[in-house]
Amino acid sequence: MRLELGNIDIKEIRFADKSEIKDGVLYVNQEEVIAQVLEDDLIRDAHLEIAVPGESVRITPVKDVIQPRVKVEGPGGMFPGVISKVDTVGTGKTNVLRGMAVVTCGRIVGFQEGIIDMTGPGAEYTPFSELNNLVLVVEPEDGWKPHDYERAARVAGLKVATYIGELARDLTPDETVVYERANLRESFENYPDLPRVGYVLMLQTQGLLHDTYVYGVDAKQTLTTMISPTEIMDGAIVSGNCVSACDKNTTYHHQNNPVIEDLFKAHGKTLNFVGVIITNENVYLADKMRSSDWSAKLAEYLSLDGVIISQEGFGNPDTDLIMNCKKIEEKGIKTVIITDEYAGQDGKSQSLADADPLADAVITGGNANEVVILPPMERIIGTTDFVDKIAGGHDGSLREDGSIEAELQIITGSTNEMGFNKLSAR
Amino acid sequence: MKKFRVVHYINQFFAQIGGEDMAHVPPEKREGVVGPGIAIQAALGDEAEIVATVICGDSYFGENMGKAEAEVLELIKSENPDIFIAGPAFNAGRYGVAAGTITSAVKRELGIPAVTGMYVENPGAEMYKDDVYIISTTNSAAGVRAAAPLMAKLALKLAKDEPIGASKEEGYLPNNVRKNFFEEKRGSARAVEMLEAKLAGKPYTTEYPMPDFDRVEPNPPVADLSQITIALVTSGGIVPKGNPDHIESSSASKFGEYSLDGFDDLTAETHETAHGGYDPVYANADADRVLPVDVLREYEKAGKIGKLHDKFYTTVGNGTAVASAKGFAEEIAKRLLAEKVGAVILTST
Repeated sequence: MRLELGNIDIKEIRFADKSEIKDGVLYVNQEEVIAQVLEDDLIRDAHLEIAVPGESVRITPVKDVIQPRVKVEGPGGMFPGVISKVDTVGTGKTNVLRGMAVVTCGRIVGFQEGIIDMTGPGAEYTPFSELNNLVLVVEPEDGWKPHDYERAARVAGLKVATYIGELARDLTPDETVVYERANLRESFENYPDLPRVGYVLMLQTQGLLHDTYVYGVDAKQTLTTMISPTEIMDGAIVSGNCVSACDKNTTYHHQNNPVIEDLFKAHGKTLNFVGVIITNENVYLADKMRSSDWSAKLAEYLSLDGVIISQEGFGNPDTDLIMNCKKIEEKGIKTVIITDEYAGQDGKSQSLADADPLADAVITGGNANEVVILPPMERIIGTTDFVDKIAGGHDGSLREDGSIEAELQIITGSTNEMGFNKLSAR
Repeated sequence: MKKFRVVHYINQFFAQIGGEDMAHVPPEKREGVVGPGIAIQAALGDEAEIVATVICGDSYFGENMGKAEAEVLELIKSENPDIFIAGPAFNAGRYGVAAGTITSAVKRELGIPAVTGMYVENPGAEMYKDDVYIISTTNSAAGVRAAAPLMAKLALKLAKDEPIGASKEEGYLPNNVRKNFFEEKRGSARAVEMLEAKLAGKPYTTEYPMPDFDRVEPNPPVADLSQITIALVTSGGIVPKGNPDHIESSSASKFGEYSLDGFDDLTAETHETAHGGYDPVYANADADRVLPVDVLREYEKAGKIGKLHDKFYTTVGNGTAVASAKGFAEEIAKRLLAEKVGAVILTST
């Protein structure tokens, strides 16, 4: 299995009469994009805005961040089972718009989530401040149930990303990276002396605004299974969650999963990257037990020597994380877990809701309770109406001058548990 | 600019008075730098000056704990210092305990920045690392060259009231206060490296050692429910509609106390959840799902329970620090006891 990713650098985004990409500039016909979004009856109104790195802009509440990509060769299309028809992706050629993202934002449902600042101290905590962002601001039609509207907003973002990705179909990439995977037998034969390493990717599946979709299937209703890392690069996993935005994986995180990238870098040199196991984080104890049993069972079946386990979310999923870690360690397979911390604003409380002595190798994305002060921005994309209410905010978080005092968990992607960032804690 | 005045503390060995045979010497004070003070002074540069060095024998300090501490403290105080530095004590046990004790006392009694240094396994480290900044050193005196700049830098930062970074950045022993900082490499790369080390049986340091949990033994069952008042307490965020006290959706800073007087059933019109960590749709439609008032009213009428307490207590568990939760629980328990509540049904989500 071989996937070629062709990176096309986007240096600028401009509105224009014709949507196209020329010399690293993305031109967008806003009317054409919005017409597609408004096809959905649940969306009353929508518009696009552009946010550039370094600009005094605050985007909130953020629902998802998506990287436009297009399938150039090989079976299937982008976001299979959601936008494209269900077909196994992950082989052939995919063009990637590097340096930009589509951000969905607006009144989503229930508690609104996530802030992206494009400059200032907040920008240092979110990787999306470094991208040219095309922001889709959506307004819901009244009277719809939250679950329905959540789906509409999620799909709207994916639609726009797909539309933008299509513009890169015939372009020549600035850089091409090849990801190659052998089947199990070949993989073991190719590297008989290297440790066999797998990746257990935990997916948030706790319910509304806490869901993840795999080939269009709500991962709540799945058993732990295997997926090729290149399928994930082709949009097989999309995010449906943004509550407590600091440690939720946006679709962009899935498309650019850093654990997968870094395991590929080490593959064939210091380790043999055998495969990816995806497992959910349901709220019921029976589900947690079953899913973690299966993670351990599959890790053993693949005869792995070691795994990296990445969590999504905190609190309740700490139980899933520790169950996965403990059961896999008990099979004689070494683990490293990636998590983040809720140690209180003063950093003095225990950081996790569950623990086990076998979890002796932990990578942390930082303490999400630490307080940050975000200065006022000249322009707001979306609305700051919800700042006091979103996870990490408190009554009075939004000050009169437009600055915000809140916990780090208010910033999209700030304590990501795939290890996307450099932020950590001791 | 005025130079900060520094007093340095060392033992009889580093003052070159002698080894174990001279460990009984009482405290004394000398002007300027002595022994390892030279390295520390060099690291402090022009910003601060070691004006005096206080010396005490390790045995004297250990055998006259309270008295020696007071004597040493008096000598330090007489110099009117801005900064206090002790050691480094490396792996010398009694020296480490003395350095930790004095550093802690100076911080507490004189209220000035105080820093020491020692090896992680020094018994003084375990005793004082959560109380004062202890720069992590090697286990032998050869480590002074590495330790002195870290001790000087941290002391100057404290004196200038500058923000102190995480233990890994500043070089102090982890003190159970988690602090954010930016690593050189992203988390995924660190995870791959840590796994490679673990697989190869090489040493690695976990970024978060597992915590010890405060486990509470459950009380024995209530013998006769029909005679007692039962209260409802929840971390599921059920609040009167509109969340009148603005309890946070995550990392709650408070709990609410609300009346149940006249409520036989919670509805979408009267109650909702403030919790941001689970799907709120079902709790908002019928808050009894999280706070079972309806069932307890039925039990009350049927005489199965004595009485449902006329107030309920609520907070949001989502992302809330254990220390905060403990504080809420202490206050709630006090109020429940004052109102003669016999048992509590505690619901989460």
